[in-house]
Amino acid sequence: MRFTLNGTAVDVAAQPMKRLLDVLREECALTGTKEGCGEGECGACTVLLDGAPVVSCLVPFAQVEDAAVTTIEGLGGDHPLQHAFMREVGAQCGICTPGMIMAALALGPSPTLAQVRVALAGNLCRCTGYEAIYRAIRPSAIGSSERIEAT
Amino acid sequence: MRSPLSSFTLHRARSLSDALHVLHDSPGTIPLAGCTDVYVSLEFGTPPGTRYLDLWPLSPLKRIALHGDVLSIGALATYSSVIRSRLVRARLPMLVAAAREVGGVQIQNRGTIGGNIANASPAGDTLPVLAAADAVLVLRSVDGERRVPFTGFYTGYRTSVRRPDELVVAVEIAPIEGAQWFRKVGTRAAQAISKVVMAAVRSPAPAAPRIALGSVAATVVRLPRTESALAAGASLDDAARVLEGEIAPIDDLRSNAEYRRSVAANLLRSFWAATSGAAHQA
Repeated sequence: MRFTLNGTAVDVAAQPMKRLLDVLREECALTGTKEGCGEGECGACTVLLDGAPVVSCLVPFAQVEDAAVTTIEGLGGDHPLQHAFMREVGAQCGICTPGMIMAALALGPSPTLAQVRVALAGNLCRCTGYEAIYRAIRPSAIGSSERIEAT
Repeated sequence: MRSPLSSFTLHRARSLSDALHVLHDSPGTIPLAGCTDVYVSLEFGTPPGTRYLDLWPLSPLKRIALHGDVLSIGALATYSSVIRSRLVRARLPMLVAAAREVGGVQIQNRGTIGGNIANASPAGDTLPVLAAADAVLVLRSVDGERRVPFTGFYTGYRTSVRRPDELVVAVEIAPIEGAQWFRKVGTRAAQAISKVVMAAVRSPAPAAPRIALGSVAATVVRLPRTESALAAGASLDDAARVLEGEIAPIDDLRSNAEYRRSVAANLLRSFWAATSGAAHQA
């Protein structure tokens, strides 16, 4: 089945009802997308589907036909949000981090704290208490001198 | 994933007609839309069937449009598209309020209004809105189309008048006069299933208000006796007593009957207070 994965056209064979999460991890060997709850509650497996955040544990593979999927690997490791999460220590155990970053990506360039809270309401973190994550996504909220520059 | 995927088949609908023929020819086929309920069942190891029909390719069912002065929301409209829709914002703001409190953004991007209706949970967030709006459901099968008043759709816990070979294809809402109100009470604003959820319309006098509650009975319910009492000028205390006798909440893992009854009465008071200005303007 054809779809676009991190900007590249791919053709992947898998059971059409297999979860997108499992196809990404097993067929595509992209293990940056994590499984948390497996029932759409925690957001750990968030990826972008045609630019919109979805939980890949609830998406049948068939439904991404001809669509564009972006995973954490698609950011390439040098994205400003990834640097901001490291700088602000927005990750501890790290399981929720790829999902947090993918959910945050869908926000505009200068989100308000209220917008960040709404965008991340479906992403659970059991380590950080969220404040460091919010600071990473919205450095201006703490008056950081190291504002994230748009790429 | 605790369900044996290898034993499942999935048919991707090529057209609405194709989908309706599959439902007619293969009884027991489970329609899939945004999968935010069905895939949770698969994860729990309680699949609703082995044959599935993917409706997602049916783009025409995603449309939100005006037909004359009736708002028509396609069954595959997602919560996110409802939130974004200027038509829905202008004509049915209580549905936008409900859609904003479904799951988180990720669920809102996939879950559909038709799925919320067909899944038939008494806790479905949009269902009290559709009940208070006196919505009409459009059902299609190979035999044709029929319209069913939303308030007559459910027959009991997770059962409805929809035949297995029928699809909910749209929900229609006539213009609503008066102030609309919505409130969901749950453990938290996002990602929580409601303990009690209310949608209501403060119709201009002398029309009765329209009040609907979820999670307080086997199905979403309208409260005709409470509505009549308020229209007849009953005090809010008396109306709240009528309401408490009109619902049948239960104890379950999310809450208990006593709490739900108290909260439902409190929501009635909040609704009435919040919309008193609208009533006076009318």
